[in-house]
Amino acid sequence: MGKGLKIVGIAALLGLSWSSLALAASTEVRIGIALEPPTLDPTAGAAEAIDIVGYQNIFEGLIQVDQTGTVQPSLASSWTISDDGLTYSFTLQPDVTFHDGTAFDADDVKYTFDRLLAPDSINAQKALFSPIESVVVEDPRTVTFTLSRPDGMFLFNLGRGDAIIVAPESAQNNATAPIGTGPYSFVQWDKGSRVVLERYDPYWGELPALTEASFVFISDTATMTNALLAGDVDGTNNFAAEALPIFEGNPQFKVLVGTTEGEAILSTNNAKAPFNELKVRQAMAHAINREAIIEGATYGYGVAIGSHFAPHNPYYVDLTQTYPYDPEKARALLAEAGYPDGFSATLKLPPVNYARVSGQILASQFAEVGIKLELINLEWAQWLEDVLTNKDFDLSIIAHVEPFDIGIYADPNYYFGYDNPQFQALIEKLNATTDEAERKVLAIEAQTILANDAVNGYLFELAKTGVWNAKLEGMWPNSPIEGVVLRDIHWVD
Amino acid sequence: MIAFLVRRLAGFALTLLLAAAAIFFLLDLLPGDPARFLLGITASPEAVANLRLQLGLEAPPLERFGQWLWGMLHGNLGVSYTQQAPVASLIAGRLAVTLPLTIAAMVISVAIGLPLGILAARHRGKALDSALMVLAQLGVAIPNFWFGMLLTLIFAVTLRWLPPGGFTPWSENPLGALRSLVLPSLALALPQAAILARVMRTALVDIQEQDFIRTARAKGMTMGEAVWRHGVRNALVPVLTILGLQFAFLIAGAIIVENVFYLPGLGRLILTAISERDLILVRGAVMVLLVTVSLSMFLVDLAYGLVDPRLRERGVAA
Repeated sequence: MGKGLKIVGIAALLGLSWSSLALAASTEVRIGIALEPPTLDPTAGAAEAIDIVGYQNIFEGLIQVDQTGTVQPSLASSWTISDDGLTYSFTLQPDVTFHDGTAFDADDVKYTFDRLLAPDSINAQKALFSPIESVVVEDPRTVTFTLSRPDGMFLFNLGRGDAIIVAPESAQNNATAPIGTGPYSFVQWDKGSRVVLERYDPYWGELPALTEASFVFISDTATMTNALLAGDVDGTNNFAAEALPIFEGNPQFKVLVGTTEGEAILSTNNAKAPFNELKVRQAMAHAINREAIIEGATYGYGVAIGSHFAPHNPYYVDLTQTYPYDPEKARALLAEAGYPDGFSATLKLPPVNYARVSGQILASQFAEVGIKLELINLEWAQWLEDVLTNKDFDLSIIAHVEPFDIGIYADPNYYFGYDNPQFQALIEKLNATTDEAERKVLAIEAQTILANDAVNGYLFELAKTGVWNAKLEGMWPNSPIEGVVLRDIHWVD
Repeated sequence: MIAFLVRRLAGFALTLLLAAAAIFFLLDLLPGDPARFLLGITASPEAVANLRLQLGLEAPPLERFGQWLWGMLHGNLGVSYTQQAPVASLIAGRLAVTLPLTIAAMVISVAIGLPLGILAARHRGKALDSALMVLAQLGVAIPNFWFGMLLTLIFAVTLRWLPPGGFTPWSENPLGALRSLVLPSLALALPQAAILARVMRTALVDIQEQDFIRTARAKGMTMGEAVWRHGVRNALVPVLTILGLQFAFLIAGAIIVENVFYLPGLGRLILTAISERDLILVRGAVMVLLVTVSLSMFLVDLAYGLVDPRLRERGVAA
């Protein structure tokens, strides 16, 4: 009996220390994220988790993208653009230091872009910066970019995680010990469990409220739910929709529903029969009941799309009614195309929940018009190999999460196999146009071509559903760019 | 004994070499590319090719195998493709969680399982025996991840005595590290304890019918004394076999429980490395597991000799 009492006593003691720890954390935050970043260098990896930890927290670019998706000054305090749109002159913030104490100046900017554009560069988005012809250091606080052609997305692209400014002294170690100029410096990375950041007090800008932030890696939904309920994490940036009802009615939590840049599409191999026939693709578009898929795969949180464009973008045009749900019409079109009895195809699905569930619903919708889908579940590396690299697929479901990525359709070698010279010319023109009104007209034209050609099945825009402690404020509800920006997050009473 | 040791060690080395070759070339057949994984679906083929070159993935397989073996002989397991950190340090970091967790789970399962097994055997056929065996059956049947979630709900979410998961590094707070391991080691230990209890009971029940127990009884010992002095030690041989297997299972097989408690253990490391095609890390981790499990089997063999001198003379068959 004595032993039993002792155990209870010890547990009570441990319990006390646990709850007192939790109470003291008013300028600290612990954020649960589903995936661990492979490295912490945003210039050498595409994983969203890299930007979640580092973008605008550890690292900054010349430009930053704010929560409305607008470009704002960052390390560049101001800039001028020449009338021909080819010369950008940036004035840099004074008194900026990297977290290792070295000073930031125009040489670091030049180094960053020379490294990004080098022949042996491993920057995943190098192509976006190909218009850059030269980067010239005028003086320590002025740097001039010359472009080979005007680029309407240039400033936005400078605001991406891929274009954060690095220092020659530390760039090669950023994968495991990142050094940037941002308001938070890297403290430690307990592999497999968390990354810890602390406020960098010599920061050049306004100091944020939180003094410490950690990102805790929890992949399992039930485990994340327990961690939130137990107060072990203070929030999570994007949580599984099926778990949201647990938190919606709980006054200790709030659920933030917002938009993302992720278009979930039925990727179609346009280079392969029968998908090379427009009528077949139109028939498939008519066979898709988006509402049912959105309800089933995203619990109603996704937003229907009719082309490859995010609904929150000012250039967006609603094309969801181009080929409305109409199984009758789908069967007729299939018959016209020479498939009166339909056909069989494979649907290769990556290991993400929305894709697997959408795939099952889609298979039953397609079966109604005579298209028999064989579902093949792939792990991620195999999906990349089979579908993306080898283009060995009929259909797939995946979300394309890069902002403003309609330009991928202009690459005939991309895995869609879509080769339309008219569209390619249009994108070239759009890229080279800097006038907002003109850009909007061209972007709408591009969206319309993709919708009419039914290049892919356009399903829905992924939603962002964050769950946070009710006393935490300042989180971005939307994700116009990948990241969890800590700058404005603070506790209120 | 020396000759036996030398034979065992030579066999051990040959096993490891063959295993290394198998691990290397089989994994090489796996489709998928760590460079593509890292750079994502919009990266240009050119950037992917550059990264493959930097990672040394373009060299012919035999050359890479040679480099890997040579490195291992010098204690160098290479650098992870996707995490760009030394494989040895990544594995060591995970062993700092997995080894204490495994040992704690085994200690708990022995502390619970063996006494219950002995108790059940002593009361064979009575109500206590049946009750204990129903409990053991339940323990075997309950999945450990489910039990883990139950423990979290009670002790972390409701009572808030212990953290629901995660791991405080030993260097930061040893007490915190221990606290992180309490619930997961309990979750892992329960099914193992149930198995041990059943094995112990069966072994003891068999032994109670042996001649030497009858002899001991005839010399005037009570049943309890006879079982305690002669029986338990004899029953330990099957128990040791099970313990050796359980160690091998726990060291790599705790993945699901690691996920439930988001512990940075070896199992999750391997799982992630496979999905990222970080093959150099997978190979390193599997080699470490192989050595550990082979060593544990070797130790079990030695332990047989300690509890049963007859096995020592026969040169250990198992």
